[in-house]
Amino acid sequence: MAITVSIPTILRTHTGGEKSVEASGSTVSEIIADLDAKHGGFKDRLVKDGSLHRFVNIYVNDEDVRFAGGLEAPVSDGDSVTILPAVAGGS
Amino acid sequence: MKHAREEDPHEACGIIAGPEGTERPDRLIRMINAAKPSDDESADQRRREELAERRGEHDSYDGEKRTSRTEYGFDSREWFQVTRELDSRDEWPVVMYHSHTPRGATPSDYDVDNMTGPASDPRVHYVIVSTWEGATPTVEGHEFRSFHIVDGSVEEEEVSVVESYMFAHTGADDVPDRG
Repeated sequence: MAITVSIPTILRTHTGGEKSVEASGSTVSEIIADLDAKHGGFKDRLVKDGSLHRFVNIYVNDEDVRFAGGLEAPVSDGDSVTILPAVAGGS
Repeated sequence: MKHAREEDPHEACGIIAGPEGTERPDRLIRMINAAKPSDDESADQRRREELAERRGEHDSYDGEKRTSRTEYGFDSREWFQVTRELDSRDEWPVVMYHSHTPRGATPSDYDVDNMTGPASDPRVHYVIVSTWEGATPTVEGHEFRSFHIVDGSVEEEEVSVVESYMFAHTGADDVPDRG
């Protein structure tokens, strides 16, 4: 299954500078494992204690997976997955 | 600073986009502060859940539960739309900015955790401005500081004011505003 994954600028060092790469899997977790197998450097960064790192957003198409099953959110052939930093802070 | 003053006492946040791979801050884009209640209850509910997860142990400021006066966050949907637009224009966020309203413009532990997050780019310049009455002016009468990540730690960097950067208008209420 081919799924297009948009890579945040900092992680493009792992994809040879590519903005997006193809990956396969039926859940977000499987996609991350596939990216890790092909490019390295993904799983340790994005997953913490079995959950998506709190300062990372992952979207399937335009849906934030936090509201769609987290790492177990389903992904289908032709979907696009986007990884972004989650931005927050304060005084 | 204009955005920060307009939002005061709430925190303001946004980015300044420029051509990808460059350091040229061209286009200021104001972002929704997800911590600030809007008139859309379902969006607010979603934003509260997002922020609760992100802030983790940074759940209070000076003994008080965080509100939009002491916290900011990008709305995940708006951020997705903005980054898609940046990608289509071969732009990236040169600057990510936010304001502090009850204290000066130095990064909090919460800010540092976010700036050093796993998908955060150390090439981004993190600008913090302060609208606090006790602020220490650093640039043209405003407390306006910039930070970046060097080897995983936050370091302050010098801010110089130049005449040649003019922000393009991105909305009806966006007036070019140096500093």
